[in-house]
Amino acid sequence: MGVDGIGARVKRKEDRRFITGKGKYTDDMTVPGMGYAAFVRSPHAHAKVKSIDASAALDMPGVEAVLTGDQLVGDGVGNLICGWMIHSKDGTPMKMGAWRALEPEIVRFVGQAVAVVVADTLAQARDAAEAVVVDYEELPAVVDAVAAMEPGAPQLHPEAENNLIYDWEIGDEAAVNAAFDSARHVTSMEISNNRLVPNAMEPRAALADYDEAEEHYTLWTTSQNPHVARLVLSAFYNIAPEHKLRVIAPDVGGGFGSKIYIYPEEMVCLWASKRTGRPVKWVADRTEAFLTDAHGRDHKSHAEIALDENNKITALRVKTVANLGAYMSLFSSSVPTYLYATLLSGQYDIPAIHCNVKTVYTNTTPVDAYRGAGRPEATFLVERIMETTAREIGMDPAEFRRKNFITEFPHQTPVIMCYDSGDYNASLDAAMKAADYANFGARKAEAASRGKLRGIGMSCYIEACGIAPSQAVGSLGAGVGLWESAEVRVNPVGTIEVLTGSHSHGQGHETTFAQLVADRFGVGTDTVQIVHGDTDKVQFGMGTYGSRSGAVGMSAIVKALDKVEAKAKKLAAHLMEASEGDIVVEGGEFKVAGTDKSTPFFQLALAAYTAHNMPEGMEPGLKEGAFYDPTNFTFPAGTYICEVEIDPDTGKTEVVNFVAADDFGKIINPMIVEGQVHGGLTQGIGQALLENAAYDESGQLVTASYMDYCMPRADDVPSFNLMTTETLCPGNPLGMKGCGEAGAIGSPPAVINAITDAIGNNDLEMPATPERVWRALAAARPAQAAE
Amino acid sequence: MYETNYHRPKTVADAAALLAKSDEAKLLAGGQTLIPTMKQRLAAPSDVIDLRHIDDLKGITETGGGGVRIGAAVTHAEVAGSETVRRLIPALASLAGEIGDPHVRHMGTIGGSIANNDPAADYPGALVGLNATVTTNKRELSADDFFTGLFETALEPDEIVTAVTFPAPEKAAYAKYPNPASRYSMTGVFAAKLADGSVRVAVTGAGEDGVFRVAEMEQALSSNWSPDAVAGVKVSSGDMLSDIHGSADYRANLVTVMAKRAVAAAG
Repeated sequence: MGVDGIGARVKRKEDRRFITGKGKYTDDMTVPGMGYAAFVRSPHAHAKVKSIDASAALDMPGVEAVLTGDQLVGDGVGNLICGWMIHSKDGTPMKMGAWRALEPEIVRFVGQAVAVVVADTLAQARDAAEAVVVDYEELPAVVDAVAAMEPGAPQLHPEAENNLIYDWEIGDEAAVNAAFDSARHVTSMEISNNRLVPNAMEPRAALADYDEAEEHYTLWTTSQNPHVARLVLSAFYNIAPEHKLRVIAPDVGGGFGSKIYIYPEEMVCLWASKRTGRPVKWVADRTEAFLTDAHGRDHKSHAEIALDENNKITALRVKTVANLGAYMSLFSSSVPTYLYATLLSGQYDIPAIHCNVKTVYTNTTPVDAYRGAGRPEATFLVERIMETTAREIGMDPAEFRRKNFITEFPHQTPVIMCYDSGDYNASLDAAMKAADYANFGARKAEAASRGKLRGIGMSCYIEACGIAPSQAVGSLGAGVGLWESAEVRVNPVGTIEVLTGSHSHGQGHETTFAQLVADRFGVGTDTVQIVHGDTDKVQFGMGTYGSRSGAVGMSAIVKALDKVEAKAKKLAAHLMEASEGDIVVEGGEFKVAGTDKSTPFFQLALAAYTAHNMPEGMEPGLKEGAFYDPTNFTFPAGTYICEVEIDPDTGKTEVVNFVAADDFGKIINPMIVEGQVHGGLTQGIGQALLENAAYDESGQLVTASYMDYCMPRADDVPSFNLMTTETLCPGNPLGMKGCGEAGAIGSPPAVINAITDAIGNNDLEMPATPERVWRALAAARPAQAAE
Repeated sequence: MYETNYHRPKTVADAAALLAKSDEAKLLAGGQTLIPTMKQRLAAPSDVIDLRHIDDLKGITETGGGGVRIGAAVTHAEVAGSETVRRLIPALASLAGEIGDPHVRHMGTIGGSIANNDPAADYPGALVGLNATVTTNKRELSADDFFTGLFETALEPDEIVTAVTFPAPEKAAYAKYPNPASRYSMTGVFAAKLADGSVRVAVTGAGEDGVFRVAEMEQALSSNWSPDAVAGVKVSSGDMLSDIHGSADYRANLVTVMAKRAVAAAG
C-alpha cells in the first residue's frame, strides 16, 4: 500500500471545491436565453381536473408559455413507468396505473403537477402559475394502505381493483405452517415502518436545452444515474433517441435514492424546451421536495416467529402491506419484494420463511427506494421480533441471537439469498465488548439514581448490496441489467483518467476510485482524475444506489486496470528486453525482477503513445475499458448496540451511547467509510426518534416543512463508537461488501429495542416521540405516571 | 416572494408615518417570521418598513431601579451576550440564548418577537413572568395587558414597540421544552420571585391563547418556593394547544414538569 493506496485515510479530493463553495450544481448552470419553469400543482389529494384556464397567466409579463397535460399527451410524451415487473401469486402482472408528467384528468396526490408556466424570470413564472385557474371537482381520498384495500374505499386507478397493485409471496407456505403447528413457542406482533421524506440537501433540479438545428437535447439534472435517465427518457418517454439526448449530472448534493428516478419535472423541462424553443430551468423549492420527491418506507406488517424446545427458530411468517402512494415510481415494485422479503432471514438460520406482500395505491406521494430500500424494513421487523421473542422466553437477547446465528458459509436462505461470507459472532462480540454490555446493570442503577430510565438494545443486521447479477435480477423482473462499466485512460504524460458509470453525490468516489489507481501503479491520487456523470463522456453506466459503487463500480475499474497493467507489462518487457512474466510494478516504476532495470510509469505511457517501438502487433495507446457483472449480491452485516436514557417526566429519549461493529469486507478509505456510517446511523436514529411523513385524512402532508418534519441534528446523536470486523467478499476482486446504507438499515431497531427495554413496554411505534414514549410509560406504569 | 416596497426609516416617527399610510404595510424588525412567510407567498405586504436602522430602538441600559431596558431592535444574541442582562437578570439572558439557532438569534429582535406574539415564542414568557413594561411610540403597557391572544397584541395599527423594561427579580428561571422539529417552545415556563416578593409563573408554547399565568402555582410558590410546591398543580388540558408534536394532555403535563424545573433552576 502506498500513502494514497487501498486502506489509506486519504482526505477527500472533492472537498476543496465543496468547502470553498465552488461545487457546480445544476442550478449553477446557465444557458443564454434560458427561461424558468414553475409548476401548477394540485392542492387536492384526489380530484377531477374539469378545466384549466391559462388566459390570465398568458397575458402576464414575461410569460412564454403555459403548457398542460393535454398538450403533453398530444405530443406523444409517454407515461412514467415502473421498470421492475412483479407478478402476483396468482400469476397476474402488477397493476400499473397511468402516470402522466402533467395530469389532464384526475390528480391523485397533493402536489401533482397539472400545468407548467415558462417565463423570463422565476418570479414571473411563479406569479403566472398562481394565475392559472384550475377547476377541480374534489373526490374522496384515502391515505392509509390498509384502509385503501377495504370495500368502499376511494379507488385511484381503474386497473387496480381495491387499489391492490400486486399480492405477492415468497417462500414455502406449507413448510412454514407445519413448523408453526409443531412450535414450542410462538411470538407474534404488529410492526410498522414509518414513512420518510428523503430530504437531500440539494433539491431536485433540471435544465433542458433543445437544439433545433441538431434536433438534440441536453439535460443537466440531479441524477444518481444519468445513463439510466437517458435510457428511460428515450426508450419509454419518447423524448428523443439516445444519440440525440445528452444527460449531465454535475455535482449533486445528496440523493439517498430519491434521485434515481425520472420524475415528471425533468421530462416536462425537456419537452417544454422544444415547445418553447428556449432552454428551460426548474429548481424545486423545499416544499416541492417534500411533496414530490419519492418517499420511503411506509410498511405495516404482522410477523410471527416459531421456536422449538431448544429455542431454535423453526419458521418466520410475515404479512406486509406496503403503501406505494398514488403511482408506481421507477423501482417501487422491487423495494417491498426482492429488496425486502429476501432479507427476512436476517443473520439467522431459519429453515422456513413465508412472506406475503400486498402493495397498495393511496392518495399520497409515490414511494420508492430510500437509503436501504426494503432492507431497513426487513431488519426492523426481524430485529424487533428477535428482541421481543428473547424477552418473552426470558433469554438474554444476545444469547438468543447467537444461538440462532448462521455460522457456515455459503448459506442458502429459504428466501433466494445465498450468503457468501460473514462472521456474525465476531461483530456481536466486538460490539458487546465496546458497549460494556456486561456492566449495563450498574449503569442502569446509576441512571435510576438520577431519575432516568436507562435501556439497552441491539440489532444484528444483514443487508444485500452490490446489486446485482444481471441475469438473476432479470429473472426476477428487472427491466435493466445491473452491471457497471469503467474505462481507464492513461495519458501520454502518465496521468490517468478513470471514466466510471458510477455517480458520486456525496460518496467520495473522486478520492476512493483514485486510491485504486494509486495502489495499482504506485502513483499519487493527485495524478488521477475521476470522470463521471455525463453520458457524452462516459461510455455507459448503471449509476449509484444500493451501495453498489464499491462492489460493482470499483470492480469494473479493477478489470480495466488489469487490462492496462497487462498491456503496460507487455510493452515494458519489450522495451527492457525482458520476459513479460518478470515485470513487476513497484513505486511507480515497471521493473525487471531481480535486476536494476526499470522504466517509470510515465515513460511507459509516453512510449505507448509515441508508438515508435512497440511489440509486434500491439496497438498504440494505453486505454482499456471493462464491464463488470457481479456474480452475487454482497452481504454487509454487523451488530449495533444502542443505549438510551429516558426522562420519565417528558418521555424524551437521549441516545447516550451507540456502538456499531460492521463487516464491510475490504475497506478502501476508512475515513470515508466512517463518514458513511455516521450519516447512516443519524438517518436511522432520525427514523426511530424524530422523522415522520404524516398525512391528514384529506391527504394533506402535514409535515411539509422543517417546522414540522423533524430532521436529526448534531445534538440529537451521540459521538458514535465505530469499529469494523472483516470477512472478505469472495464474489468480487477487491472483497468489498458496501457501506453506504448499513447505518440506516441497522440502527432503528437498536434504538427501539433500547427504549422499550428502558420503559418496560414493548408497544411502541416509530418515531418514538417524547409523547409516545410518555404514553407508553404511563400505560406500563400507571401508578408512577399518575404521581 | 411578491413585489413589495422597501423602506428604511431613520426615526420611529418616520416609521410610524409610513405605517399609517398603508393598510397593507408591515414592520420588519428581525424578519425571522415575516421573511419566510413572504418567501412562501403567504404574506404580501405592500410596504416593508425596516426598523433595524433606527438608533432609538437599539441598546441595552440599566435602569435607575436596578432593572434593564432593552431597545426593540436589540437582537436575541445581544441580549444573551449582554453583561448587563447577565448580571441583573441571568434568566432573561439564558432564555434569549435558547431561542432558535445562531442565525435566528443574530437577526431576530425582542420587539419583533413580542409584536408577533407567536404562541410558541419564548419572550412572552419572560415579559409576563417578570412583569415587564412595554414602551411604544404612544404609551406604556404592562406585559399582562400587552399580550391579548394568539398572534394578538394590544398594539394599535400604527403603534410601534420601542423598548421593553424588565425589573430585576429576586430570583427567576426559564425552563423550556423545545419542539423537536422547530425548536420553538412546546412548553416553556418562566418562574420568578420579584423584588417586591410577589411570585409569577408564566407559560408559553402551551396555551391556545398564547402566554398565560398559572395562579394556583403562583399562590403555592408564594408560601413555599420549592419544586414540590408546584408538582401537584395541574393545568387544564382544555386550554392547551394540540398538534402533531404534542397533544393538549401532553402539554398540560409539560407545564407542571417545566414549572418544577424552572423553580428548581431559580434556586
